Amino acid sequence: MTETVDFDELLTRYEPALGLETHVELNTNTKMFCGCPNEFGGEPNSHVCPVCLGLPGSLPVINAKAVESAIRIGLALNCQIAEWCRMARKNYFYPDMTKNFQTSQYDEPIAFDGWVDVEVDGETFRVEIERAHMEEDAGKATHVGTSGRIHGADYSLIDYNRAGVPLIEIVTRPIVGAGEKAPLVARAYVAHLRDLLKALGVSDVRMEQGSLRCDANVSIAPIGSDKLGTRTETKNVNSLRSIERAIRFEMSRQAAVLDAGGTVVQETRHFHEADGTTSPGRPKSDAEDYRYFAEPDLMPIAPSREWVEELRATLPEPPAEHRRRLQTEWGFSDIDFSGIVNAGALGLVEDTVAAGATAAAARKWWVSDLARRANEAGVELEDLAITPAQVAAVQALVDEGKVNDQLARQVIDGVLAGEGEPAEVVDKRGLAVVSDEGALGAAVDEALAANPDIAERIRGGKVQAAGALIGQIMKAMRGQADAAKVRELILQKLGVE
Amino acid sequence: MGLTADDVARLGALARIQLSEQECAELAPELDVILESVRRVSEVAGPDVPTATHAIPVDNVFRDDVVTPGLTQAQALAGAPDSEDGRFRVPQILGES
Repeated sequence: MTETVDFDELLTRYEPALGLETHVELNTNTKMFCGCPNEFGGEPNSHVCPVCLGLPGSLPVINAKAVESAIRIGLALNCQIAEWCRMARKNYFYPDMTKNFQTSQYDEPIAFDGWVDVEVDGETFRVEIERAHMEEDAGKATHVGTSGRIHGADYSLIDYNRAGVPLIEIVTRPIVGAGEKAPLVARAYVAHLRDLLKALGVSDVRMEQGSLRCDANVSIAPIGSDKLGTRTETKNVNSLRSIERAIRFEMSRQAAVLDAGGTVVQETRHFHEADGTTSPGRPKSDAEDYRYFAEPDLMPIAPSREWVEELRATLPEPPAEHRRRLQTEWGFSDIDFSGIVNAGALGLVEDTVAAGATAAAARKWWVSDLARRANEAGVELEDLAITPAQVAAVQALVDEGKVNDQLARQVIDGVLAGEGEPAEVVDKRGLAVVSDEGALGAAVDEALAANPDIAERIRGGKVQAAGALIGQIMKAMRGQADAAKVRELILQKLGVE
Repeated sequence: MGLTADDVARLGALARIQLSEQECAELAPELDVILESVRRVSEVAGPDVPTATHAIPVDNVFRDDVVTPGLTQAQALAGAPDSEDGRFRVPQILGES
C-alpha cells in the first residue's frame, strides 16, 4: 500500500505544478504519411502498406489534410503558426514502430506559444500552451504471457493498423498557482480541449477509444519555494475523472515521500482505474536520449500566411462564446446552466435539443437522472450506454402521453441495459401507460368498492380525496395507469363534476 | 576535442550496437577523422550559408487525403520471421537494459 498524505492537509504546506501532454488522433481519411485508411479497429495488419510498415525503399509523403487540421488546432489554441518547420526522427527501439523511430517534430513545432482559458467553479484559469506538434501514432502491442503484463511477458504480438495514424501532441507550460483546484483545472482543461477539438471536427475525441489521451506531469514543492519539485509523468490517463483522480493521488503520494525525508523519483507511472492509484513504470534515464534529427525523407512545411488566414476563418465559435450563446437561447439561470457544465453535460444537452427535445427536458434527464446513474456506475456521463437521440426519443414518448416520467425512467433502464431503442423497450417491457377505459374502469370499480368511506367523501364534495384512490390504482397497475384518466373516471363514476 | 572510447560506447548502446572495449578504443580516432573532415566543411560555409538538411530546397510536398490500396494481412506478414493471429510475433520486449 502506497503511503499518502491527506489532500487538504498537504495543501497547507505544498504547492502543486502540473504539465499536461495530450495526444489527439486526427480523423483524416488516411494516415499521416501514406494512403492507408485511418480507421479504428479492423482485422489486424489489414490497414498497412510498405510505408507504415517501414519497408526498405518506401517513401513517406505528408497528408495535406493533417497539416490543415494541425494548423486549425494551433489557431484554436491561440498559438503562433510556424512559417517553416520540419519533421524529425525520434529514435527508439520498441517494436510498436517498425522503423526504429517515430516521425515527429522536435525543436520546430508547427504551432507554439498559445493559451486557453478554462473555468472552474466560476473562476477562470489561463493555461498556457507551449506547443502543438505533428507526429504519428504507433502500432498496438499485445503482451502474451502468464502475467498478462509487459514485464514478464513471454512474447508480444503487434498490429500496425494504428501505426502512422496522424497525431497532434499538445503540451502545456507548467500550470502553477491553482492550489487545491489543480486537479480540477487539469480536468477542465482536457474537457475544454475535447469540446474544442469536437467543434473543430478534426478528431473523434473518444477518450475510451484512445483518440484523446493525456499524460499528466505532476510535481509539488514547499509553499514559497521558487523551484519546481521533481515531477512524475503518469501515462495514458483516459477519462476526465481519471485525470482528476490521478493528479490528486500523485500529489498525496509525493507529499508522503517528501514528508518522510525522501526524494521523488523522476519516472513514468501508470494509473490504475480500479483503485485510483499510480505505480512506477520506467525511470527516466540515459536511455531517454532519442537522438532526434531532421527527417530527410520529408520536405519542410512552410504554411503560407494566406493559407493560415483562410484556415483561421474556418474556426468555430470559441467555447466561452458558445456557452454564453446557448445559455441565452435556452433561457437558463446561471445556476442551472453551470449545473449542466459542471456535470459535463453541455454537449449532450446540446445534442439532445438538436434531436428535438426542449432544453428544459434535456437538462432534466442528463443533469438530474443520468448524472446520478453515471456517478453510481463510476463512469463519465458521456460513456453511459444512451445517446442524446435516445434521450430525446424518451422525452417524445412522455410528450405523446405514451409513458409518464416514472415509466420513462424504466425505459431509460432498458436502453442502458442494451434492450434497444426507447420504443422497443416500451414494447418489450410493456411499459406503456394504460388509458384504455375498460382496463382502468375495472381498477377504479375495484378501488371504489374497497374504499367506500373515501368514495363517500368524494361524493360529498371533497374532490381532493380522489388522490388517495389514484395512488392505490397506480400502485396496483405498477405505475402504468394514466393518472389524469383515472381521476376523470373516479369523478364520473361518483357523479361528481 | 576528440571523441573518446566512452563516447563511442554510449553511442553504440543508444544504437543497440554491441561493441567490445577494444572496438570502442579503435573506432574513436577513426570516427574523429570523419568528424574533423565535416568540421572543415563548416569552415568553408560562412554564416551566410544556412544549415541545410535537404538536398533540394523544396517545401510543402503533400498528398491528398485519399485512401490508396495497401497490403493484405497475408502480404504484410509474408516477410515476418514469426506471426500469430494475424499479428507480428516479436520476442519479449522489456527485460533488456
